[in-house]
Amino acid sequence: MTTMATKPHSEPSVYVYEAPLRLWHWMNALAIVVLCISGYFIGSPLPTMPGEASDHYLMGYIRFAHFAAAYIFAIGFLGRIYWAIVGNEHARQIFLPPILSSEFWDGVLHEAKWYLFLAKEPRKYTGHNPMAVIFMHLMMVWGTVFMILTGFALYGEGTGYDSWQYTMFSSWIIPLFGQSQDVHTFHHLVMWVIIVFAIMHIYVAIREDIMSRQSLISTMISGWRMFKDGRDVDDLH
Amino acid sequence: MTETFYDVMRRQGITRRSFLKFCSLTAAAMGLSPSYAGTIAKAMETKPRIPVLWLHGLECTCCSESFIRSAHPLAKDVILSMISLDYDDTIMAAAGHEAEAIVAETIEKYDGKFILACEGNPGLDEEKTGGMSCIIAGKPYTEQLRHAAKHAMAIISWGSCASWGCVQAAKPNPTGATPIHKVPDLGNAPIIKVPGCPPIAEVMTAVITYILTFERLPSLDRQGRPKMFYSQRIHDKCYRRPHFDAGQFVEKWDDEAARKGYCLYKMGCKGPTTYNACSTIRWNGGLSFPIQAGHPCIGCSEDGFWDKGSFYDRLSGIHQFGIESNADDVGIGAAAVIGGAIAAHTAVSALKRTQQKGDQES
Repeated sequence: MTTMATKPHSEPSVYVYEAPLRLWHWMNALAIVVLCISGYFIGSPLPTMPGEASDHYLMGYIRFAHFAAAYIFAIGFLGRIYWAIVGNEHARQIFLPPILSSEFWDGVLHEAKWYLFLAKEPRKYTGHNPMAVIFMHLMMVWGTVFMILTGFALYGEGTGYDSWQYTMFSSWIIPLFGQSQDVHTFHHLVMWVIIVFAIMHIYVAIREDIMSRQSLISTMISGWRMFKDGRDVDDLH
Repeated sequence: MTETFYDVMRRQGITRRSFLKFCSLTAAAMGLSPSYAGTIAKAMETKPRIPVLWLHGLECTCCSESFIRSAHPLAKDVILSMISLDYDDTIMAAAGHEAEAIVAETIEKYDGKFILACEGNPGLDEEKTGGMSCIIAGKPYTEQLRHAAKHAMAIISWGSCASWGCVQAAKPNPTGATPIHKVPDLGNAPIIKVPGCPPIAEVMTAVITYILTFERLPSLDRQGRPKMFYSQRIHDKCYRRPHFDAGQFVEKWDDEAARKGYCLYKMGCKGPTTYNACSTIRWNGGLSFPIQAGHPCIGCSEDGFWDKGSFYDRLSGIHQFGIESNADDVGIGAAAVIGGAIAAHTAVSALKRTQQKGDQES
């Protein structure tokens, strides 16, 4: 790879992530940070406040932050689905992993080998690599759906019987899990699943930005994918 | 002429004034407008009493104990005279064959017109019990229950035993204790759940009063509980809620916050996940309820409350991951493992990269 730097060569760029998608990515990231921090403090509150109850509203503000970020997270997800329909092909990628394609699974295998230091060189992708597609699909589609459903079910308990949140979510999700406490526990566990994913996601994005054959981090900022060599891409499409 | 509730009450020396008080209290408890007090009074005066068969399965009798301690000063008399408790083995005078004959007689005489009140549940694990658990008059309770249920107008599942299974159904549930609504072959009578360990006495009497007055079951939520008493959480109406919102919590049993009556959330209070009317109706004549007495709610009216870890932990235990762990322990553990793996992976990546560069330069 470093030999490339010694020879002049062309570095083609492709516009991959359109503006709404990039905006969603960063807003979603921010919402998740707020949700995780406020959510953690809802489960394990801060040390007790001194003085009169009327002087403080700490849990109230923490819960407000959680609910406000949750609405951004949920509405953002709906917007993301809309963009998957009207946006370019890359906007659809994490929603529809081509699980029936053997070429796709070959790509997953190769990516696994690359991470186990068994492959010399990663493949070159315009969009996500196949392993990333699987992770994004599980976490950013199903993980998000799970958190939105369980989250609104818990929120509906507070807004009460006649609220749309209760009717649409709590009324069937709470009995499905058994009781409210179980929904709390699973909502809490999946928060940790998402945190673990976020740690991996950030590590992998930085690592691939350095070691793979294409740009990663700047792509999610500018939308443009830069390539470090002139050979053909390995994308399915 | 058939005897009405009012007749019985008057016969027991209850004044009309007390009777009307009871009617208005009950109307208020059910969330009805004041004008319904008259409707209830009229029903009590004109309608024949509803016979009730009160059967006991696997249980501790705390529901009966609660029931006979209703809040209103005269409630003890009112309740006991209100419904004709034709059979309740804890408080009836009859015993032996005579008592058992009452069951058969009630079922025959009031076929499809009596209420079957179930306190407790049957053990259905045939393998371990040989089908012979909880023997009443020489027969398993399951048989008695099935027979009565098929002829009942409605079934009331008193308490958490009948509603969810409660302690005898807690893991590993050695006798296969099964809540009433999950017992197979029970017929088609509608089932009302009145969970709680025990349920609040006023809730119990109000449910029966409602059925008598309006000749239909109260409106139930998706899980079969009367909406009027189980549609809000303890937390929603808790008098300590302002301390929760302010972030003022009891941290230890005997700390300053405990003395000041701050929120018991950190002491494992299940108020935020428990649907019941304790924080509004309260107990013992509206005197107090667990949180008011300084103890966190244990969530006794919720399904499987015995199996959600300690009563004194806010976060449920997750025993699949080892004793004493909760969502945070599991999550922090997983995050630490991933963090460590990433650090190692970074090191190896860097090493490989340097090696490659070295190869190319040489």
